[in-house]
Amino acid sequence: MSALALALGLALGYAAVRFHVESSPLVDKIDAILPQTQCGQCGYPGCRPYAEAIAKGEADINQCPPGGEEGIRRLAELLGVEPKPLNTAHGVEKPKSVAVIDENLCIGCTLCIQACPVDAIVGAAKQMHTVIASECTGCELCVAPCPVDCIHMVPIQEDITTWKWKYPVIPLKAA
Amino acid sequence: MRELYGFPGGVHPPEHKTESSGRPIAPAPLPARLVVPLMQHIGNPAKPVVQPGQRVLKGELIGKADGYISASVHAPTSGRVLAVEPHPVPHPSGLPALCVVIEADGEERWVDKTPIEYLDRDPSEVRNRLRDMGLAGLGGAVFPTHVKLNPAPEPNIPLLVLNGCECEPWITCDDRLMQERAPSIVAGARIMRHLLGAREVIVAIEDNKPEAIAAMGEACRDTDFELVVVPTLYPSGSGKQLTQLLTGREVPSGGRSTDVGVQIFNVGTAHALDRAVHHGEPLISRVVTVTGNVRRPQNFEAPIGMPLAELVALAGSPREDTTGYIMGGPMMGFDLHTDRVPVVKAMNCVIARSHRLFPPAPPALPCIRCTRCAQVCPVRLQPQDLYWFARARDFGKAQEHYLFDCIECGCCAYVCPSHIPLVDYYRFAKSEIWAREREKKAADRARERHEFRLQRLEREKKERAEKLAQKAAASKATAAMPTPDADAKRAAIQAAIERARARQAGVEPRNVDDLPPDKLKEIQEIEARRAKLREAMQNPPENTP
Repeated sequence: MSALALALGLALGYAAVRFHVESSPLVDKIDAILPQTQCGQCGYPGCRPYAEAIAKGEADINQCPPGGEEGIRRLAELLGVEPKPLNTAHGVEKPKSVAVIDENLCIGCTLCIQACPVDAIVGAAKQMHTVIASECTGCELCVAPCPVDCIHMVPIQEDITTWKWKYPVIPLKAA
Repeated sequence: MRELYGFPGGVHPPEHKTESSGRPIAPAPLPARLVVPLMQHIGNPAKPVVQPGQRVLKGELIGKADGYISASVHAPTSGRVLAVEPHPVPHPSGLPALCVVIEADGEERWVDKTPIEYLDRDPSEVRNRLRDMGLAGLGGAVFPTHVKLNPAPEPNIPLLVLNGCECEPWITCDDRLMQERAPSIVAGARIMRHLLGAREVIVAIEDNKPEAIAAMGEACRDTDFELVVVPTLYPSGSGKQLTQLLTGREVPSGGRSTDVGVQIFNVGTAHALDRAVHHGEPLISRVVTVTGNVRRPQNFEAPIGMPLAELVALAGSPREDTTGYIMGGPMMGFDLHTDRVPVVKAMNCVIARSHRLFPPAPPALPCIRCTRCAQVCPVRLQPQDLYWFARARDFGKAQEHYLFDCIECGCCAYVCPSHIPLVDYYRFAKSEIWAREREKKAADRARERHEFRLQRLEREKKERAEKLAQKAAASKATAAMPTPDADAKRAAIQAAIERARARQAGVEPRNVDDLPPDKLKEIQEIEARRAKLREAMQNPPENTP
């Protein structure tokens, strides 16, 4: 019996080493909550590194401005901790925006293309660049490198397809 | 006589049908200017295919269907396109949407009308034609008709139901249509049956419309269509409830009536289908009930794009105490933000509201969990729980309690003794959940693109390193070969510098032929200064310690 236990124990131990899975499910779960803006405002080079840092306990859950209060609440729920207000040292929650290149001013330097974390800017050296609005995450990383300041962030306007019913407001007094 | 099965819940709101049902459908006069929205159906908005200034004929395509779940849009009359621009449209948000503005020329010249030979054509081709004719459900949901006429996902649809229930209060457009155009409705139903391959056809009408029942009975006499008179109970006209009422089969959660072998069309849609197939006329007008706080409530056949204010004026203009307009019925409709919106395919009814007809709801009180809402819910949900979750923004819980099976019929809010706007909470929760799903999709795409980019950068780095290694290896190989003397190189550079200097020194002032002598003198002076400077630079003075 003890020989069998020993053999199975060894087999299990071997399997644990042999079939070790690198990716941690907790990191995946945290990463799924993060907004994937890839802006780096949290202090990590992208959402996944931040998720890894949270999983290791190195980073706090309130460092993601694009995720906002809602993101913090969901992270707190996942990790079983108390939600806390956003750490403003990392930025403030802003309405979702997209980058727009003023094509009259663009000199075609490709610096913004290199900065874009999701390859949402099209262009080539000495050719005009433009942003693919539907792929832009609004991370603002392209704004600073532009030598002619021709990129600005435009908040996304609500239209009929993205409009949401508002939370019902109940008047306190009868009209 | 068919046995009826009934459905749970339901309410009996005051009908208010007689105000408008006594008068015949009147054709609305042609307005001078029409505003035709490109998004009048569920699915993708149509793509504009006209330019400002272009002349269009009545029934000409102005917006092309984009994708499968979409429908085309046509010019309601002949005239000139003034603009393709955002304009207020009938939508609960009050936000503008892209519209084609047409100035009517009053000639009403039609495009070539080509009827569809549906009997000997491929059904898929017929469906594509119907999409290009702009057909969408006229009961109010405006789902593209050709999609519903495709039996592909559920090949077995034995029962086709023509919905003439019109259970919402105030609305009488289907009632009048059945009274006046029953043969056309039956003709449309024949086309539907052919395309779906349905064995049975039922025409369902609520028992509060005896004239419509008589007219439809007359039209169905030579057919094997079955006319079923259903008891008046709101919301019997809702697709899933009507299915349950007629067949006893409950549509499964998250499903459609086709899941239990039933396809339902509004009678107005059947009429429009007949016009499209037999007469080649695209959907450019519809019957609209104008009622409520107007002097002469009536049904009008209005062109799509007609300004609402002009349509309401036809019904004897609104009374002075009118506070606004509801599109649709009082149970499921919504308030319009302005009367500058146009008539659209979804507009079955416009109700002028006043405090007398629709007293403002008293302030909402806390839920006392009386469960009256649960008793009237036709889907057998627990509205009080859903309200609780939606109010607390606990959307996950709301979904677990089948929020998306709610048909927003408004029965719960109608009976609520605390006057809680329950449906508003459900709509809020639903649209929040949809928005989150959209965000999640966008985030997933961003993650994928980011990961791909990282991979690409890694690959490029590796490729560069390999290239560098190759170059290094190559230069190592050439290192053995004799290199030109470093001194010779330096000498060559020095020679180049000298050449450049000589060129610089040799520069003569140009364009000096016609200058006055004083200017020439000035130039000479400057040149002299330059020569001196050059000399000074070439022979720098010894540094004094």
